Amino acid sequence: MSEVSMVVNGRKVSGNVEDRTLLVHFLREHLGLTGTHVGCDTSQCGACVVQMDGKAVKSCSILAAQASGSEILTIEGLAATVDADLHPVQAAFREHHGLQCGFCTPGMIMAATDMIRRHPEGLDEQTVRAELEGNICRCTGYHNIVKAILAASEAMRGSAQQPKETVAA
Amino acid sequence: MYQTNYHRASSVADALKLLEDAEDGKFVSGGMTLIPAMKTRLAAPSDLIDLRHIPELKGISVEGRKVTIRAATTHAEVATSREIAAVCPALCYLASHIGDPHVRHMGTIGGSVANNDPAADYPSAMLALGATIITNSREIPANEFFTGLFETALEDGEMITAISFNAPEKAGYEKFPNPASRYAMTGVFVAKNGGDVRVAVTGAGADGVFRASELEAALAANFSPAALEGKTISADGLMSDIHASAEYRANLVVVMAKRAVARANG
Repeated sequence: MSEVSMVVNGRKVSGNVEDRTLLVHFLREHLGLTGTHVGCDTSQCGACVVQMDGKAVKSCSILAAQASGSEILTIEGLAATVDADLHPVQAAFREHHGLQCGFCTPGMIMAATDMIRRHPEGLDEQTVRAELEGNICRCTGYHNIVKAILAASEAMRGSAQQPKETVAA
Repeated sequence: MYQTNYHRASSVADALKLLEDAEDGKFVSGGMTLIPAMKTRLAAPSDLIDLRHIPELKGISVEGRKVTIRAATTHAEVATSREIAAVCPALCYLASHIGDPHVRHMGTIGGSVANNDPAADYPSAMLALGATIITNSREIPANEFFTGLFETALEDGEMITAISFNAPEKAGYEKFPNPASRYAMTGVFVAKNGGDVRVAVTGAGADGVFRASELEAALAANFSPAALEGKTISADGLMSDIHASAEYRANLVVVMAKRAVARANG
């Protein structure tokens, strides 16, 4: 067993977990944060994407113990980073109908916010499609997801709603 | 996955001691291969020694044309390194096409090189660049390092701490990724230094990464895709699996080599 502690969505949390516990299971089962999904469990689908110390990672392929000491952002904490009901990426997914069943959506949105952060110069369709290779959607055909990300990227460049800098725990 | 014991190492010396004390321990860095392998029970180490928090294993330095990348440097860090891009942009391009963005935030060059997956991208670059694999105890030339499928010259208890190479005049990488896994079904890294041209192939060889000497000779005489027109390589010793036959891969080697040369020539 390991004692792990980390900051999740701005809140300091800790727990005793088996060393083999995956980060996604710690989030879902120990913290009740079930917005982060387990899709394929083979690191291909991206439904489990969260941000660790400001970078998108696949929480099904990281041990909770590896993540101990880090700062984790999940879909549940995203809107609070901009003090709004919905983060601009969430709002764009709603506006552009970037989801159908919704299973992949949390991972898509956490990947999209990371993608926008890494491309402050802006995004084009080809870049968005290439950058989405780690996230699988079986409903939408990606078209509206791509539209939503492009719209969110524009909205975030044009407004003051830039995410706050994350502060290391 | 099976139960395992997690240890976080604070230094190389600490990591080596933890490994020595473990019954059947393994180093884990990004874990992008090892953790999935443990989930499918292809690997079941009794202990995991985490190298991700060791300061001496991190960082990139470029002095003149000599590039040194410490082992726990992530693919994302190599992909976005302006210092490396200034002397060997082909390596940044290669790193930016490993896995997906999330994997690149975790996976490391040391982990990829140590694992020597026959379809991994980095081994081809190491071989074509004539890189040196630096461990806690010695320096190993790339052409002696990769010894077979998932096999390397590393001894038990030996750890890669960095890799280094002299940036060539020109280099290029192209791969044909498996549409699902994104692993290279065939990837070719070419490097040119004067009349010395090296063509290293990943994803295709039944024994892992190898140099295509027939293509090297043609490119040494004329470093252009046209020099490879009509060239073929033997399918003997190439991988055949559900994704592609050996013959298909043999053809891909030439096609990817042409594209890599075109990219190297800019």
